[in-house]
Amino acid sequence: MKMEVQDISKQIIDPKNLVYDRSPLMTDNVLTYCPGCGHGVVHHLMAEVIDEMGIQSETIGVAPVGCSVLAYEFLDVDWLQAPHGRAPAVATGLKRIMPEKYIFTYQGDGDLAAIGTGETIHACNRGEHITIIFINNGIYGMTGGQMAPTTLPGMATSTSPYGRDVSTMGYPIKMTELVAQLPGTYYVTRQAVHKPGNVRKTKKAIQKAFENQKLKKGVSLVEVVSNCNNGWKMTPVKSNTWMEENMFPYYPLGDIKVDGELVK
Amino acid sequence: MKKDILLLKGNEAIAEAAIRAGADAYFGYPITPQSEVLEYLMLEKPEERTGMVVLQAESELAAINMVFGAASAGRKVITSSSSPGVSLYQEGISYIAGAELPCVIVNIVRGGPGLGTIQPSQADYFQSTKGGGHGDYHLLVLAPASVQEMADFVKLGFELAFKYRNPVMILSDGLIGQIMEKVELFEQVDRATEFDQSWVTTGKTPDRERNIITSLNLQSVMQEKHNFKLQAKYKKMQSEVRFEEIECEDAEYLMVAYGSSARVCQKTVQLARDKGIKAGLLRPITLYPYPSGKLNEMADRVKGMLSVEMSAGQMVEDVRLAVNGKIPVEHYGRFGGMVHSPREVLEALEEKIVKK
Amino acid sequence: MTEEIIVAGFGGQGVLSMGKILAYSGMMQDMEVSWFPSYGPEMRGGTANVTVIISDDRVSSPVLNEYDTAILLNQQSVDKFESMVKPGGLLVYDGNGITTHPSRKDIKIFRIDAADEAAKMSTSRTFNMIVLGGYLKIKPIVKMENVLAGLKKSLPPRYHHLIPVNEEAVKRGMEIIYEVA
Repeated sequence: MKMEVQDISKQIIDPKNLVYDRSPLMTDNVLTYCPGCGHGVVHHLMAEVIDEMGIQSETIGVAPVGCSVLAYEFLDVDWLQAPHGRAPAVATGLKRIMPEKYIFTYQGDGDLAAIGTGETIHACNRGEHITIIFINNGIYGMTGGQMAPTTLPGMATSTSPYGRDVSTMGYPIKMTELVAQLPGTYYVTRQAVHKPGNVRKTKKAIQKAFENQKLKKGVSLVEVVSNCNNGWKMTPVKSNTWMEENMFPYYPLGDIKVDGELVK
Repeated sequence: MKKDILLLKGNEAIAEAAIRAGADAYFGYPITPQSEVLEYLMLEKPEERTGMVVLQAESELAAINMVFGAASAGRKVITSSSSPGVSLYQEGISYIAGAELPCVIVNIVRGGPGLGTIQPSQADYFQSTKGGGHGDYHLLVLAPASVQEMADFVKLGFELAFKYRNPVMILSDGLIGQIMEKVELFEQVDRATEFDQSWVTTGKTPDRERNIITSLNLQSVMQEKHNFKLQAKYKKMQSEVRFEEIECEDAEYLMVAYGSSARVCQKTVQLARDKGIKAGLLRPITLYPYPSGKLNEMADRVKGMLSVEMSAGQMVEDVRLAVNGKIPVEHYGRFGGMVHSPREVLEALEEKIVKK
Repeated sequence: MTEEIIVAGFGGQGVLSMGKILAYSGMMQDMEVSWFPSYGPEMRGGTANVTVIISDDRVSSPVLNEYDTAILLNQQSVDKFESMVKPGGLLVYDGNGITTHPSRKDIKIFRIDAADEAAKMSTSRTFNMIVLGGYLKIKPIVKMENVLAGLKKSLPPRYHHLIPVNEEAVKRGMEIIYEVA
């Protein structure tokens, strides 16, 4: 009986039987994200894409201010940590001076769609050949659950405790649809990572967004609608259901612009 | 090789010098009275001359962050603006100082506060020399007093920025920016620098650990350690102090002035001496580090000092700190966009210092 | 030798460019020069002025209380700058549109009707060069050859064909300037 267990474990750890492994581009640092949060999944996907494309030595990431401020701790590439909202401008500086390198920003909704609206719109409008990964969970997670530009109407947060009242607090902004209208964007898509099928689609989207940099045809932006179970004050499972029922109708998944053509 | 002597505006000299100093990139946003910098660069096509990148940003916020991005690649990056724009730069400058990136920032100062006026001023002295943005940091501040120095300090600025991995500010004003003078230009410098490049974020290669440019340390102990390192650097930077003495040897009364005020005071020295008043002028060329030692030494030789600046009295505080109560120190200056004339300064010198 | 000059008039009269040509001419003559314009909204239609200093020595203050020479091309400029000419200094003005003429007794006052003269020439854009010629007749601080060299340096090549007509204007100015008793 004891012998059998050992044999099985030997079979499992035999490299030739390996079906999935952590990407070598993920560092040994422990992720600082809450259990159930989508950030970790997207980090792994980016690590896999950069590794599979063999572009580690040519890739520089720009981290935002927000939950992913420490993104540079987790992916084994060169990183900068930008001021709040300014990542697309920082990425512009990097890309203009090193046009052959792969430059990406990784930003949340507060960073990209509130304080950094100007930088986002204008980097997109100039058609910078960069990749923007945009995590939209409709809330400021890091600072403790305040209202974000993408918070849904009626949604309660610590700064909209009675629910977002659109008559005084404005409407959730659809930055992805907005920038898709600009001639400087080349690929704009919205994905999710709460189910295996969605994870696979998101990985493809991220890969396309990085590959597009070679074409020099403008910005590729991948929005990932994600949960924030902590900020939303729900269990991870409940938050995923809530996301499907409430976020997806307002932020529908799918491609919006492909190869420079609007498809939605 | 034939010397290149041109008649250029101060702003144009900054632009031409940036190309010649081997700058890799300029990012900026138009604002009077310095728009000629970006205009000159766009006209000159530096992309063709040296491969230098020039880009008009959508705002000063974006411009300084483009500088942040490009500087992290270990390249020579320069930007220019004027007071209201430089206020917008402050967030980025704090990050750049915190992350210890080299770059050159030009401020062609105009009258404030607020939108103020587009005429010359020196009221951004505190902002430039004491930090400017949040946190404990210093820029190395150079104050040109001629179009020639506008050009020369761009080259010097890059050298100092890379030597200390610290942002350098060229603090000028609308007068030096708009004036045209003869300038002898230095020869084209290579874009590559010989300075240490081990810290740059140009892509992690197998032979090294990944590089991270950040100003964030969530652990206060580490942030304090980082601050100690910065302070040690600022202490080392004190050796870069530069100043010019004009008729100081036998002076009984000393004016202290930088930039365009120093130009005005040079004439006041003549006017005073014509009247038999032994006046001299000490012109700080670096405003940080400040020539405090020299002023303290001068305080043993002169009867009084007048800090002349186009502000309500900012640099005078540094003069007083340097003199440490040994002799009277007063301030004179027009401000809000007004420039004092040589005779106004002479009257103030007589009134506030000589007759006291 | 140091010559401190103010040139003032309407925006569009070529005040700043006349100052620039003067500065270039000084530079071609290996002298120290500075050209300090009034800048800002007044450039667009209002009054414009420029301080030009030409000297054998390093130029100190570009901001001055008084001038060796004032070249004044409209009434506002005459009103503002007449009192700022050094005793014994020079005032040159265009009589066109002037109702209150300069009247100081302790300076030399010369009049040049350059606007009228420019209207007679093939292009009225030569107005400022006529004035410059008049001034250089009274104070030949730069040689004609250096004025031409300065013109060449300050004009973009596409305007170099206009140099002969400008030279003619400078010479015309030298002929028509006269002292006011």
